[in-house]
Amino acid sequence: MIRVVLPGHLRTLARVSSEVQLEIVGPVTQRSVLDALEAQYPMLRGTIRDHVTHERRPFLRFFACEEDYSLEPPDTPLPDAVASGAEPLLIIGAIAGG
Amino acid sequence: MSRVRVLAGTRKGAFILTSDGKREKWDISGPHFAGWEMYHLKGSLADPNRIYASQCSGWFGQIIQRSDDGGKTWTQPGTPPGEQAGPGGMPKGESNKFVYDTSAATGKPLTTHMWYDGTQHAWEFKRVWHLEPSPTEPDTVYAGVEDAGLFRSTDGGKNWKELSGLRGHESGAGWQPGAGGMCLHTIILDPRDPKRIYIAISAAGAFRTDDGGKTWRPINKGLHSQYIPNPTAEVGHCVHHVAMNPSRPGVLFMQKHWDVMRSDNAGDLWKEVSGNLPTDFGFVIDVHAHEPETIYVVPIKSDGEHFPLDGKLRVYRSRTGGNEWEELAKGLPQRDCYVNVLRDAMAVDSLDKCGVYFGTTGGQVYASADSGDNWSPIAQHLPAVLSVEVQTLP
Repeated sequence: MIRVVLPGHLRTLARVSSEVQLEIVGPVTQRSVLDALEAQYPMLRGTIRDHVTHERRPFLRFFACEEDYSLEPPDTPLPDAVASGAEPLLIIGAIAGG
Repeated sequence: MSRVRVLAGTRKGAFILTSDGKREKWDISGPHFAGWEMYHLKGSLADPNRIYASQCSGWFGQIIQRSDDGGKTWTQPGTPPGEQAGPGGMPKGESNKFVYDTSAATGKPLTTHMWYDGTQHAWEFKRVWHLEPSPTEPDTVYAGVEDAGLFRSTDGGKNWKELSGLRGHESGAGWQPGAGGMCLHTIILDPRDPKRIYIAISAAGAFRTDDGGKTWRPINKGLHSQYIPNPTAEVGHCVHHVAMNPSRPGVLFMQKHWDVMRSDNAGDLWKEVSGNLPTDFGFVIDVHAHEPETIYVVPIKSDGEHFPLDGKLRVYRSRTGGNEWEELAKGLPQRDCYVNVLRDAMAVDSLDKCGVYFGTTGGQVYASADSGDNWSPIAQHLPAVLSVEVQTLP
C-alpha cells in the first residue's frame, strides 16, 4: 500500500480529508504512483503533471524521506520506505511570497 | 417575481449573489473554490441552473467546474464520483484537458506565435479566461483560453476540442501577447446566426467567423493604435472587450486599450465614439438590455495608471451609441478610490428596469437597478473581482 500526501487544494478536489492510499503492482516510481493516483482520482488529472507531456507542473515538488525527488527521472524507483508504505510520498506546492 | 443571480469570479474564489426583482437585498454565498482564481463563471440561457466556471491556479493549472443546480453544488464534468465515462469504467477526467490542435487535418498546424522580443514562441495553454455557453444547447459551451485559442465542448464540459481555424489564420504566427498575456477574452455568439461568432484577443484584435469556426477573418479595420509599429495594421490591436445587444447582433461596441469604438456592420469597419469621455482608456464595456444605443464604460486614467481619474469611480453612459457621454456617480466613491474594473467584470440583467453590475479589484460589486442612475455596493470586501456575470431568473 503506497501512501501519498496531497496539498490541501488537491485534497479538496479529490474529496479526501487525509493522505490517500494506492495499490501499485510492479516498481514504485513517480510515474507508477501518479498513474495510480490519477486512475483512482481522475479529477486530479492535469493538476500535478501535464495531461499530454506528463511533465511535473513547475510549482509542485515531490518529497519522500526528507529528500527532494522532483528532478529524478519519472521511472526511478522511489525509496523502499515509500514502496513499503512506511513513509508517504509528499506532493508539495512550492511556497511563494514574502 | 423575477430574481437575479450575480456570478462574481475573484482572485480567491467565486461568490454568488442573489436577490429578488427589486434588487435591494442580496444574499451572498461563497467562497466557492476558496483560494482558487476564478476567472469566469457564466450561466446557460438554455438552462439557467447550468453554470460553467473556470477555476485555475499557478500551482495546479486549470479546472472546469459545472453546476446543474444554480450554483449550490459543483462537479468537474466527467469526473464526479459515480459517473463512469471512460474505458474500463473509469471517469476520463479530461474536462481540464485543453490541447491545441497541431494535426495536419487542419491544413495549417500552428505551433508558435510571436513572443515579446519578436522571436517565435511555442503555444502554451495557461488558463481559460472566458466561458460562453450556447444560448440554445445547455451542453455546448465555448472557452477562450490563454495562449489565445478557442475551444468548444458539446458534452457539458467533459471534453474540449479546439476550433483551430482561428489560430490557423495566416496572421496567427504574428500574434503577440499583451501585458496580461495572450488571452482570448471575448466570445460573442450571434443569436440569429449560429455560424457567426465574434472573438477578441489581446493583443491580436477582433476576429469573426461566418462558418461556425472553420475560417476566420480579422475585423479590425478602423482601429488606430499609435503604440504599434503600424497603427492601422490588420492585427496587433489590444482589444480589451467587445459587447453586443442580442437584438442587434450586427452592432458591436468595443473598449480598446485606448479608444471606445463601434461597428454597425458586424465588425467590417469601426469608428471611434469616445466623444467627451474624460479618458478613453478602460477595460469594460456593455450594452443596456433593452436600449441598444445605451452603452456603459468605466474610464480608467491610463495604461500606466490602472485606476479611475482623480480617485473618483464613475461609470459613463451614452444613450446615443457613443460620442455623447454622461457621468454616473451617485452611490459610487468619489474620493480616494484607486481600484480597477477588469474586462469581464461588467454585466447587465434583463429586468424591465435594466440592472447594471460591475466588480472592482478592490473587492466591491456595485449594482444599479435603474440603468445606472443610482448605484450601491452589493458586496464590499471580496477578493479582487475578475469577472461579473448576471442571470435573470423567472
